[in-house]
Amino acid sequence: MFAYMLRRIVYALPIALSVTVICFLLVHIAPGDPLSAVAPVDAPTEVIEALKRAYGLDKPLVVQYGLWLGRAVQGDLGSSVATGRAVTGEVLGAVSNTLLLAFVAACLGFLAGCAMGGIAGYRSRSVLDRVVSALSVAGVSVPHYWLGMVLTIIFSAQLHWLPAMGAGPGGSGAWTWDYAHIRHLILPAVTLSVIPMGMVARTVRALVADVLGQEFVQALLAKGLTHRQVFFHVVKNVAPTALAVMGLQLGYLLGGSILVETVFAWPGTGFLLNNAIFQRDIPLLQGTILILSLFFVALNLLVDIVQPMLDPRMRRS
Amino acid sequence: MFRFRPRHPLSTPPAEATGAAAAEAPLVEVSDLTVEFTGSRKASAVNGVSFSLPKGRVLGLLGESGSGKSVTLRALMRLLPPRRSRIGGRILVDGQDVLALDEKGLAHYRGGIASMIFQEPILAFDPVYTVGRQIAEAVRAHDAVDWATARARAIEMLEHVQIPQAARRYESYPHEISGGMRQRAMIALALSCRPKLLLADEPTTALDATVQIQILLLLRELQKEFGMSVIFVTHDIGVAVEVSDRLAVMYGGRIVEEGDLAAVVRNPRHPYTAGLLASTVTPGLRGRRLTTIPGAPPDLSDLPQGCAFAPRCAFASADCAAAVPPVRAFGQAGRLACFHPLESAVPGALGPGPIAVPTA
Repeated sequence: MFAYMLRRIVYALPIALSVTVICFLLVHIAPGDPLSAVAPVDAPTEVIEALKRAYGLDKPLVVQYGLWLGRAVQGDLGSSVATGRAVTGEVLGAVSNTLLLAFVAACLGFLAGCAMGGIAGYRSRSVLDRVVSALSVAGVSVPHYWLGMVLTIIFSAQLHWLPAMGAGPGGSGAWTWDYAHIRHLILPAVTLSVIPMGMVARTVRALVADVLGQEFVQALLAKGLTHRQVFFHVVKNVAPTALAVMGLQLGYLLGGSILVETVFAWPGTGFLLNNAIFQRDIPLLQGTILILSLFFVALNLLVDIVQPMLDPRMRRS
Repeated sequence: MFRFRPRHPLSTPPAEATGAAAAEAPLVEVSDLTVEFTGSRKASAVNGVSFSLPKGRVLGLLGESGSGKSVTLRALMRLLPPRRSRIGGRILVDGQDVLALDEKGLAHYRGGIASMIFQEPILAFDPVYTVGRQIAEAVRAHDAVDWATARARAIEMLEHVQIPQAARRYESYPHEISGGMRQRAMIALALSCRPKLLLADEPTTALDATVQIQILLLLRELQKEFGMSVIFVTHDIGVAVEVSDRLAVMYGGRIVEEGDLAAVVRNPRHPYTAGLLASTVTPGLRGRRLTTIPGAPPDLSDLPQGCAFAPRCAFASADCAAAVPPVRAFGQAGRLACFHPLESAVPGALGPGPIAVPTA
């Protein structure tokens, strides 16, 4: 098991490295000159050259990458062009907000999805099953920024129950688990949870229906187990795949919350990315994408390690 | 409703021998059992099956796919999907009305009084639990013991079915052991709570020929030792002959012929039984063309009005198509459902059928 974990971690390293290459190149491949945001359009050539030297843009791409990576490893992702603040600090602050939102949304989505999928799987081909299937298809297909706006209109504008934007009175850097803050979290978390809920519900429904159709369920009943006891067997059979799906969904939630964070002005990475894109703030963009991608790699690694712990058939030498 | 029933520890000798059973009430009494599958496609899988089985005897239930033999077995275990099937008739096992049991009663009955082994042991074990743990779980489902005791009982059972290194095998997952070993473990599981009735659903079909015979011998041995009754479902006459005391031949969801093993095999009276015996490969037939039964098994969603075998039967007449032949007593201890039973002593007309019947 330890060797397996070690191997998985070693396998994840080249992936992480290619992620950094892509992050670095993405910005250079994208059309437009990174200097256009700092230098005026009519700046003389000498100024442009001086700026290029200052930002290290005159060196070959490989050297630029090496220098960038070297600094990134030490935790220095440069400073934001727009604000002049260190990117690392900006991104980490935003990451903690995004993690909070994504984690709560994932828990909501996972619990609701498992419950819905479980019921639908146990009652497959019933009316309830069809309702759940319809709901999960809707959950996956409905654009969540639209849903976010609709929820805002209903619960903020009309009913005045919940705030429409922001992360609470403390602002972006001071989250605490009190009512004043949590009520800011409800709408974005619910909005964001709809997609994983749909995905998990569909997956769990299919898995449960499949497991229940298998001979071993008959064998479990045949040895005198009650349906409640059989249920635990079903859970253990379904868990590895359901958790793998959820792990990937959590990854998507980290990056995929751009629109939801923008709709609710939630000070997370999505919000940050959105600003960075519109302000052509390349160091900030690079840093944010890099950290989000690395989170994604880490989540996959975690899923890879947890899955064989749950499913003995995946434990190979 | 059910009180805890103390069990014999494994080391004590079996309760009773097979001989004294005849006078007692039969362990299993099935009368006019019907099973109908409802839903999008209706099918009458079992159409009025009646039989009884004394303590300590082995009944072979013989028939081809779709004859209703497996469905009969699962009805005995109440394992048919309740929402998609309807069971009629009456099933008495050890004095209990099986069809009237509630969930608690069923949990006690299943595994405690009647146990089942399955065709594909790899499919019958939960893949994410160890083999031993699943046996211990069965023990704990019936006796109020802790995991350590259940584990000890499970290992004892694994040793009993001749699994080497039982304590190590306890920790194995189903996919880590061989097919024959898995079936042994399945038997250990089924017998772990000392059931009075063992239902075997083609337990050797999925195994290698060499392993098949080992499993059959083991089953026969354990049946004698534990004094259980066994209902053994198979489509393989050779296997049925190896393990059974009595043989019931099923066709189209009905028992068409039933009798003592030797009587049925040596002297089949139903044309279907005779055809089945004639189409069996035996060493004496080397180099000769096998006899086959013409036609195909009946469609269970659209059974003929009369005898289900009539369309394929060489002896069929108009009355066969008009009504289902009633089950009548026949010979010393046999029953038969046919308007035109074969004469005795002419099985040769349909084929040699030289299947060796082991003498007890």
